Amino acid sequence: MNCIIIDDEETARAILTQMIAVSPGVKLIQDFPNAIGAIKFLNSIEVDLIFLDIHMPDFTGFDFIQTLKNPPKVILVTADKNFAIEAFEYDCIVDYLVKPITEERFKKAIQKAESHPKTPLVSDLKKVVENDAKVFYINIDRRLVKIDTDSIVIVEAKGDYIHIKTETKNYIVHSTLKKIEDKLPSQFFLKVHRSYVINTSKIIDIEDNSILIGKEVIPVSRANKPELMKRLNLL
Amino acid sequence: MEKPNTTYIDQLSGANYEFRDKLIAILKRELPEEISAYQMKIESGDFQSAAQIVHKLKHKISILGLEKSYYLAENYEDNLVQNSKILQPEFEIILKSMQEFVSCL
Repeated sequence: MNCIIIDDEETARAILTQMIAVSPGVKLIQDFPNAIGAIKFLNSIEVDLIFLDIHMPDFTGFDFIQTLKNPPKVILVTADKNFAIEAFEYDCIVDYLVKPITEERFKKAIQKAESHPKTPLVSDLKKVVENDAKVFYINIDRRLVKIDTDSIVIVEAKGDYIHIKTETKNYIVHSTLKKIEDKLPSQFFLKVHRSYVINTSKIIDIEDNSILIGKEVIPVSRANKPELMKRLNLL
Repeated sequence: MEKPNTTYIDQLSGANYEFRDKLIAILKRELPEEISAYQMKIESGDFQSAAQIVHKLKHKISILGLEKSYYLAENYEDNLVQNSKILQPEFEIILKSMQEFVSCL
């Protein structure tokens, strides 16, 4: 696959160049510090793959894709750990790499680009995003504390605060249930009541409209119960 | 406070010392350029442009293994977008420690 890199940061271009150099089957044709140069280049030369930084001054990666009539496969590269939902709107985007890129993650992205038809499944891309967002940070007394989403059992809303209950520790954060829901991988976390989001993998048992999870019994609202039942691997 | 390190650079380079030297040379050149561009934008009150540079600096923060600082920078970037300088002192301490570290590489 012939490819190009578009990134305004030289450090990022150097890292990608090195990774491409040691990847069989991928050949770097040229790298560009801005989208304008790349557009001119693509008017005369066809490539199979573009490594594209989303966040560039004046011209975003998405603006760039929109200028191409028949865009090749694109692997987005960004320093944002929060995925740009806009990416789901583009069929040409085959994967998403968060800087700093690891070799292992880079190889996976190349494999995807090689094996993927030109139109990836949005559900596949969503899975990638969810796997990439396994941790987040909360602000406690001006300290940033890392929370591994796997360790969270329950999140409870109490007024303007949420209580994040993990297997080892509880945290009180000034936030909303909606905000934390957006940070949590949706395949594991479910809102079961207006005040509770739970990690469904930590459920011990369910009786009528209550769940035993961790050491707590919490209510399940009637409206949320069908979705909860769907998630259970019932025998 | 967490300290910058070369763990990521070392992992990436392996035994390829030529690439390691090249990457460090780029960092030594690009980091001070970005920091001074950031300072100029802050001094001129152009917080939106400053936020863009902070965004770019986040990659270097990650490259230097500053995991917590990354999230602080992310919050600071959001603040700048909202025209607020909250977290500026904390962010600039990170920049200083990165610059000192990189200059000694």
